[in-house]
Amino acid sequence: MLSNIGISLIVLVLIFGFLSIYTASLDLKTAGLSINKSIYKLSLFQTTFTILSFFTLIVGFIYSDFSLINVYENSHTAKPLFYKIAGTWGNHEGSLLLWVNILVIFSYLFLVFSHKHNKNFRLYTLIFQNILIIGFLFFLLLNSNPFNSIYPTPFEGLGLNPILQDPALAIHPPLLYVGFVGCSIYFSAAMASLMSGYGGKLFAQSIKTWVKISWCFQTLGIIVGSIWAYYELGWGGFWFWDPVENASLLPWFAITALMHSLIVLEKRNTLYSWVIILCLLTFTLSVLGTFLVRSGILNSVHTFANDPSRGIYILLFLSLMIFSALAIFFTKYKKETYNFNFKSRETFILANNWFMVFFLVTVLIGTLYPIFLDVLISIKISVGPPFYNIVIIPLVVPLLFLMAVGPKVSWINSQNKVFNKILFFILGALVINLFIIYFSKKNSILSNLIFIAAIFLILHSFLDIKKLINKKNKTELSRVISHLGFGLLIFFIGINHQFSLEEDFNLKVGETKKINNYEIDFESLKTKESKNYKAVIGNFKLTNLKNNQVQYLDPEIRIYSNPETLTYEAAIKTKITSDFYLTMSNVSRSDYYNIKFQNKPFMIWIWISAIMIALGGFIQLTSKKNED
Amino acid sequence: MKLKIFILLFYVLSVGLTHSSENQTKLLEIYKNLRCLVCQGQSIADSNSDFAATIKLVVEDQFNEGKTEDEIYSFLISKYGEWIVYQPTFNKNNFLLWVLPYLIFIFGGFIIFLIVRKTKYNRVN
Amino acid sequence: MKISISKIIIFSFVIFLLSVFWMGLKINNNYDTKSLVGNKISKFHLIEIYDDAQHISEDDLKKKKFTLINFFASWCAPCRTEHKYLLKLSKERKKIKIIGINFKDKKNNAINFLEELGDPYSFVGKDSEGRISILFGIYGIPESILVDSNLTIIKKIVGPIDQIQYDEILKITK
Repeated sequence: MLSNIGISLIVLVLIFGFLSIYTASLDLKTAGLSINKSIYKLSLFQTTFTILSFFTLIVGFIYSDFSLINVYENSHTAKPLFYKIAGTWGNHEGSLLLWVNILVIFSYLFLVFSHKHNKNFRLYTLIFQNILIIGFLFFLLLNSNPFNSIYPTPFEGLGLNPILQDPALAIHPPLLYVGFVGCSIYFSAAMASLMSGYGGKLFAQSIKTWVKISWCFQTLGIIVGSIWAYYELGWGGFWFWDPVENASLLPWFAITALMHSLIVLEKRNTLYSWVIILCLLTFTLSVLGTFLVRSGILNSVHTFANDPSRGIYILLFLSLMIFSALAIFFTKYKKETYNFNFKSRETFILANNWFMVFFLVTVLIGTLYPIFLDVLISIKISVGPPFYNIVIIPLVVPLLFLMAVGPKVSWINSQNKVFNKILFFILGALVINLFIIYFSKKNSILSNLIFIAAIFLILHSFLDIKKLINKKNKTELSRVISHLGFGLLIFFIGINHQFSLEEDFNLKVGETKKINNYEIDFESLKTKESKNYKAVIGNFKLTNLKNNQVQYLDPEIRIYSNPETLTYEAAIKTKITSDFYLTMSNVSRSDYYNIKFQNKPFMIWIWISAIMIALGGFIQLTSKKNED
Repeated sequence: MKLKIFILLFYVLSVGLTHSSENQTKLLEIYKNLRCLVCQGQSIADSNSDFAATIKLVVEDQFNEGKTEDEIYSFLISKYGEWIVYQPTFNKNNFLLWVLPYLIFIFGGFIIFLIVRKTKYNRVN
Repeated sequence: MKISISKIIIFSFVIFLLSVFWMGLKINNNYDTKSLVGNKISKFHLIEIYDDAQHISEDDLKKKKFTLINFFASWCAPCRTEHKYLLKLSKERKKIKIIGINFKDKKNNAINFLEELGDPYSFVGKDSEGRISILFGIYGIPESILVDSNLTIIKKIVGPIDQIQYDEILKITK
């Protein structure tokens, strides 16, 4: 029954999609400045049906209705309620339904909130957005339907994978999707802008809140994913340049570039074509990311179970999107003249875009290159963290300097005196640094430069905050907080990397290992029976020989029965100054256990800095939203 | 005066930070650059699999014999193919991978340069 | 719409990109070491499992037209299912020398395994820590490598030998 309700609702959404396109096209030709009221109603109905369909699926999960294949494959009666609900979007079909929801909800919200803007522009946006919606609905109905039913109804579900039952993992997809899918609306708006000719400053104002919303959620989504990886996956890292991680990072670079360029478009009414390109590029990257992750073309620790037919559908959709975007862009493109002085804020924002595009291109090439080589010359290579670190890190140095300096430069033209003073600071810092390297003969120039540049940004940001506290300028404050967060993030990642202690060794119960000024005692081994798993728990005593402080770390090896899985739970002690990280695994056919011990300085500050970046964005949302 | 404080601050912070000891052993670095072939996206350093344990043994042997990092990678690549190393070697197949990002960066810089120069030209005229 | 060079370049690039993705969907993405076929095996030194004084090296393989090097262990279930094919090969193809390498195993367990299932090997070497397996590019058990008298790898079998693989070996070594 749920199956029929669900499918009917989706079909209704589809029908209302067609209706919206039809009525909006008609309304384009009418005179008058306001949109026909019926179009609002159609969009509202569409939104209601979409949300209801999602609730239908959630109900299926809550009540463990195994007549739905999706519930059968991804849920289980023994799952706690919270994870039953989260299971709704934790699988391919359910997450696609979430995509559709966000597409539809944003479509309606944009329609309602853009009432100050040009009628045809809004109508075209609705039309293009609904074309996207219809495209996704066809994919959903024909290939990945969450409401497909199975008969006879199984008694129990299959989905009790313990790794997926985690709070961070539960909210990570919705956060990311508001980012990923949220950028669909300004893809449609960009197409609409080209078709209707509604551009410039007003166009920038129409999309800027949406860009900021998607940016904030994308940033948060990525951060939550990293925090989850650190605490749950047991390798002590938080970013692996895995293709699925890269897929979420690519749109982030584009949205960041877009967010900055919008400032220029709004303030100086220039860079319109570039803004359009970025709008079109961002959602294209989201769909490309979905293609890479769900089609099975790449292997990764993240991928959903793979099915080649999905890949074909998504590739088709992606191709149609790219070709129509290119066609419309080239048809409607008008040449622009640019008026950029070298010492102007516009140029610095262009520089931000320059760097963002570089990072984007690097990550894109790194992710796609193995596919190209495999297809063209049948050679399999791996592109992993060393590649990205080597290529990207050197350029983070100038970026940090530019981030400190750029916002201080005035629009249009900056006075030489101010500019030269800033330049002097940078050169002074670099000279001192070179002296240090020359005399201490230690460490790479690169790590020195990273610290110098990060500290430069941090100090400047603190100075700015001091000035701004009196002014109460929310836009400026949010910018400083985000930039400060970024500077701190690079700084703490740098420290963490330089001063981390990591050892991999084998130990038997009763043995002790000494590493630097730490002593690790493998005191005992215990077993524990829990509701759905058996655990082997190691009790380790960690002594800091410098100050005789003692900690106890208890890593676990968990054996789950349904499905049969083995997981390794790291023992993590998080403190303000550093984290201790210990994992243990059994060496096959031996009494020895392989121990990985890490001491990670300032780990929690990495998370705090990253959240600060997102916080800046959220602050800005709460201020500007009422202002245009 | 402010300037001097700034410079002093830089100096103090930089010296403090750059005096780290290389705690990360070279061996661990090599483990991190090797892919666990039987795992879904994990390095030899992170994996708990039997295969990873064997590779660690062999790499440690060679490392203690005095083989360089590159020699160890070449050895493993000759046995398992390039897929086993996370850092792509710089050869005729992969050089595009390494070079293209920087080419595009230079290209982007060139475009910005043109835009700014055009403005100067227009202003002069 | 004017047709300009930049537009042609962009369209061609997009078509190229999408075609590569399309082809990427069709090809098999799983990693294997089949590409190593054609390489020579490296120097090795194997000590016999029964008698430490007995040993064998790569020079010994040059004397036979074909050698099948089979990595096995008593604790490995698929090794049991493939064992009958090794026995068949030892009887039907005398020109193949079958060498067994006992991987990360205890001597007594290996001896019992062979007593129970039969011994197709002309030599059983021990690889108690797994070091030898890396020399041969092995990453799972069971795995077998067929080499010729020039020490060139002619076939790699990852996983247990089944009927199809067995027939192929017969064909290659005719």
